[in-house]
Amino acid sequence: MSDQLQLYEVFIRSSRGLDHKHVGSLHADDAHQALEYARDVYTRRGEGISIWVVASRDITASQESDCDSFYDPLDDKPYRHAAMYELPEGIDSL
Amino acid sequence: MKLHDPLTRYVVRLGDDALIMGHRLSEWMSRAPFLEEDIALSNVALDFVGRARLFYQYAADLMGGEVTENTFAYQRDVRDFTNLLLCELPRGDFAFTLCRQFLYDAYSLPFTQALCKSADSQLAAIAAKAEKESRYHLRRSRDWMLRLGDGTAESHERCQNALDQLWIYTDEMFECDALLDGLIATGVAVNTASLRSEWLDTVTETLHAATLVIPEAQGGVTGGREGIHTDDLGFLLAEMQFMQRAYPGLQW
Repeated sequence: MSDQLQLYEVFIRSSRGLDHKHVGSLHADDAHQALEYARDVYTRRGEGISIWVVASRDITASQESDCDSFYDPLDDKPYRHAAMYELPEGIDSL
Repeated sequence: MKLHDPLTRYVVRLGDDALIMGHRLSEWMSRAPFLEEDIALSNVALDFVGRARLFYQYAADLMGGEVTENTFAYQRDVRDFTNLLLCELPRGDFAFTLCRQFLYDAYSLPFTQALCKSADSQLAAIAAKAEKESRYHLRRSRDWMLRLGDGTAESHERCQNALDQLWIYTDEMFECDALLDGLIATGVAVNTASLRSEWLDTVTETLHAATLVIPEAQGGVTGGREGIHTDDLGFLLAEMQFMQRAYPGLQW
């Protein structure tokens, strides 16, 4: 065991879900142990049938300071949404 | 409380193992080295207490009358408990608890697998549920043996010390007595003596991988099955039974 535990992010796919959803994080010595703790900490009530764990340090996240350059330019480009199309009759939703 | 029917005695014996082991594990709640391990240990504790309830409920059905699962847990004295001594030893440090758990889990998995084939359908059904739990327990405790044994100098030393202390209590798991012999003959009970080689294989393989040494101590301490216990079980029961003894039938 190392002296310092690592932080891991936990993703769980529920039995009715198609995708893994982020449920929280936990500390563990390595990925193998993180998986077992994820089972104990996050699936006590039968929440999932598949677990992913990812070392938090391996996640590259956008910063709040990126908002201006990342998202604001989209405000005046509504044509990128599919909302402009008229749906043919007989199709309730896409 | 004197039990006479062999099947009832056997079922209660299995319930006692589970309850006392579960209680010892529950003593770690809020005291484990870190949060995640605290929750994991508590999960295992709950598995064992749940297992105890299934055995005690079955025993209560067999006895009929006023007896319930609580009667076995809370209204028996220390001499009436027939659990393995291994289960009742104080929790010690973290290495001691996990070594005990590993030695027991390595026994519990083949035991529950064998009990699945019991001629008694109720016991077989309880075993089917317990076996899945035991498989996970062993995976967990084996993993800890590797981490502690092959970890730092201190974790290795604590782990080896724990093994040396625990080793003389492992013989009792494979002990046979008249009660067992009778129930083995009818296909109800597991012939625990036959599990020894599989247990030793698991233990040898794991300890070797964990750079730990199998203790040489020979000659096991036994007596739990006849109700001859260490002093420590009395203290455990005093704490566990206090509320029901002080306020009989209390519910909340």
